[in-house]
Amino acid sequence: MDFLNMTVERSNVQLTKTDFESDQMVKWCPGCGAHAILAAVERVFPKIGYRKENFCMISGIGCSSRFPYYVNTYGIHGIHGRAAAISTGVKIANPRLSVWMATGDGDSLAIGGNHFIHVIRRNVDINILLFNNQIYGLTKGQYSPTTPMGKVTKTSPQGTIEHPFTVGELVMGAQGTFFARVPDNNINLMTEAMFEAARHDGTSIIEIMQNCIIFADKAHSDITGKEVKDETMLVLKNGEPMLFGKNHEKGIILRETHLEVAEIGKNGITVDDILIHDQYNQDPGIHLMLAKLAPPVFPMVFGVIRSAMYPTYDDLVGEQIKFARENSKIRNMDDLLNSGDTWEI
Amino acid sequence: MTKKKRAVVEREDVVVKFVGDSGDGMQLSGNMFSDVAALVGNDLATFPDFPAEIRAPQNTVAGVSGFQVHMGSSKIFTTGDQVDVLVAMNPASLKANLKWAKKGATILTDTDAFDDKAIEKAGYKQDPLGDGTLTDYNMIKAPITTLTKESLKDLGIDNKTAERSKNMFALGILYFIFNRDLKPSFHYFEQKFKKKPELIEINKIVLQAGYNYAETVEAIESVIQVAPAKMEKGRYRNITGNVGTAWGLLAASEKSGRPLFLGSYPITPATEILIELAKHKSLGAKVFQAEDEIAGICSAIGASYTGSLACTTTSGPGLSLKSEAIGLAVMTELPLVIVDVQRGGPSTGLPTKSEQSDLYQALFGRNGECPVIVIAASTAENCFYYAYEAAKLAMEHMTPVILLTDGYLGFGSTLFRIPKMADMPAINPPMAQPNDPNYKPYKRNPETLVREWAIPGTEGLRHRIGGLEKEDVIGTVSTDPLNHQKMVDFRAAKVEKVADFIPEQTIDGAPEGELLVVSWGGTYGAVHSAVKKMQQEGKPVSHAHFHHLMPLPKNTGKVLRGFKKILVPELNSGQFVNYLRMKFPMPNIYQYNKVQGLPFMINELTEKINQLLEEK
Repeated sequence: MDFLNMTVERSNVQLTKTDFESDQMVKWCPGCGAHAILAAVERVFPKIGYRKENFCMISGIGCSSRFPYYVNTYGIHGIHGRAAAISTGVKIANPRLSVWMATGDGDSLAIGGNHFIHVIRRNVDINILLFNNQIYGLTKGQYSPTTPMGKVTKTSPQGTIEHPFTVGELVMGAQGTFFARVPDNNINLMTEAMFEAARHDGTSIIEIMQNCIIFADKAHSDITGKEVKDETMLVLKNGEPMLFGKNHEKGIILRETHLEVAEIGKNGITVDDILIHDQYNQDPGIHLMLAKLAPPVFPMVFGVIRSAMYPTYDDLVGEQIKFARENSKIRNMDDLLNSGDTWEI
Repeated sequence: MTKKKRAVVEREDVVVKFVGDSGDGMQLSGNMFSDVAALVGNDLATFPDFPAEIRAPQNTVAGVSGFQVHMGSSKIFTTGDQVDVLVAMNPASLKANLKWAKKGATILTDTDAFDDKAIEKAGYKQDPLGDGTLTDYNMIKAPITTLTKESLKDLGIDNKTAERSKNMFALGILYFIFNRDLKPSFHYFEQKFKKKPELIEINKIVLQAGYNYAETVEAIESVIQVAPAKMEKGRYRNITGNVGTAWGLLAASEKSGRPLFLGSYPITPATEILIELAKHKSLGAKVFQAEDEIAGICSAIGASYTGSLACTTTSGPGLSLKSEAIGLAVMTELPLVIVDVQRGGPSTGLPTKSEQSDLYQALFGRNGECPVIVIAASTAENCFYYAYEAAKLAMEHMTPVILLTDGYLGFGSTLFRIPKMADMPAINPPMAQPNDPNYKPYKRNPETLVREWAIPGTEGLRHRIGGLEKEDVIGTVSTDPLNHQKMVDFRAAKVEKVADFIPEQTIDGAPEGELLVVSWGGTYGAVHSAVKKMQQEGKPVSHAHFHHLMPLPKNTGKVLRGFKKILVPELNSGQFVNYLRMKFPMPNIYQYNKVQGLPFMINELTEKINQLLEEK
């Protein structure tokens, strides 16, 4: 895969799933969506092509954040909300590492919200797996920044009175260069998004609609459930029209400044009227509109919504150091100590 | 106007303070004045004294900016208690600083600035230059603004530009008083204003005019000569504590071969360290200005994991924000340097003033049993060496180290004898070797209890660490009660063992006797000077200044037990003294405290010492 980041060393042997299996017991609840995410990661990492020692998995606190213990890479299980800051330090200090971050909606959107928006704004080249289960799981069921308004939880006995974040909207608001949304019940979609995130230079956010079987079971099933998903999920493919429905009979069109659902064959709509997905478009306008779509009027959009090329923070750090090294008279500490006004006594 | 030959008066040391409005250029005058003193071989210490606001209202006491220089023909330890020569450019600056002037001090004022409005704004009921307020002083009342403009009238420049250089007129007067050569300053203008040649001319003319004017002033009866100090031979430069700290970290990075990473967030009075390191990318320094204090330290922890000499710099409130992350670094046993340039607290407190009130926070301010190494610098110059040592201890002992300096040290400057990198002590971090079959994340060196540093990318060493308690040796997550006890004990013992690697505590004066004055951090100069003065008077006083606070030097108990009384003066309510009482319960430990955002005055200390000596 010669599109991969050239600064990360590649493996000269073909790796397999077992190269990344940890010897630790996986302690997520049976039936938790996180198991599927782990399976997807174990499928993706050996195939990316990097040396296994060059993977680094960072996390914060929460169910999602136990992830580093369950994959055999270098890794840090950090503190609540700070995974993005720790990852930033890892990547700046050593750009030759492929840095992955496991986090949740509480970890990254509440206590770690500041770090989350700033890592995105800087476009540090890390890959963030955001397990969005719309609940605090590890502390046993309090509402999170993505819990739908009105939802009854342990800390909202009369229903929440907060407006939830839409992850994609937040990412684009922070000038995100990569955003994908995937369900935890479709390993192929998950792995495709992970490969694309690995391929993207910059901060990649993959929002995984993950099910918490204990405290927010079926939170996403109105969208990702087998019975409804044909009508409620639109899976994007770059360069292809945005179609959904059982027989791909519906699509998204742009009318004036808004997106609309149109049915092919009705009102003179043909497949040529349907928007073609361009994930590489630098303008985030359509990407933002797509990220915000949701039932009942629209389907929710899945797959890679945005993947735009911008310089990464870590590359720019490297360039400035290179420039300074080539142009500064101060080459070592003795030079610095003796620079400027000095005199002999 | 007459020009007469003045008598030359030799002085061992002199304190000069330049004060004026924030925009009056007092920092520049002060810096130029001290550079010239340094060039002729005086030892010196300087301290800028400025408001927290960038441009506080004009002509108000709140807007006064100052720069103090203490220079001498012998070693200078403080920036000086009281001022011999005060340059006060407006009524507000006189109002704010007259209390620091010695009886009989020379005071230079710009009479043009003493108009009714400015006098009232300063809080004076009537003109202090005319009402007898200043009869005890040697006044030089000069119409500096008028004379400045007059000296420039041939250049045809606007009034505003002309007025802006009045600080150089005042400086010219001082150069005459101190018998200084103007050439170095002319040279300085030529360098500084290369791109604005008209400013070279203006500044030269005004400086010379001030000098020439002084020759005609009757009030200047003699000129002051401060002979060169006898200093150790070598190459010297001026350095502030904050620049010294930054350079110490850079030096440790070079020596250890571990690239420097700084994750930091701007905060007074620590920001200069961040600014200074950002200049030195040519030395490979990676400087990350984070979104907040927490991101600063967390990014540093990430960088430390990957094998960098990782640092974060802050001041009191920032250290509070970093507490949880320091715990993570303690738990993961990663090297990390945390610099706390202390300021007045609590909360936002007194941002530009100095205190020693973060000691408890540094020693104890974290959840759980969470020991870290704590050391403190004591002069602007040795900020370099203690920053270097902080980095060395952090890397060699795989632990966070908190380096305490303070605003007084950070902003203040002293002369710095330039070391050679070849002479700096070696730094040998415990790097794990690739494919070491015996590598375990929490396997310890039996002598130091230090674990190995295995950095990502290294073949055969993949491992995970984190904030959850880990099983001894193998490093997997463990909640086993006895394992937790063991790991808590290991982390404490690892830090305690650092005492084997730091120097024993020294005593200045007799090793036992009546009274030992114990100090730490930025009060060194004042305490040293006070004790020295009393020793010269034959008083039975010794001084022990601590740089290593956690762990304490191994002989600390022995040092303390050699004296009938121990006095611990601190710029807090008694933090080190209580720490010593906890470690060495003794009835004879006395304290002396001041929490005013001001340094100790030498006479305050000698008074207290005398009082203790007299009490039976």
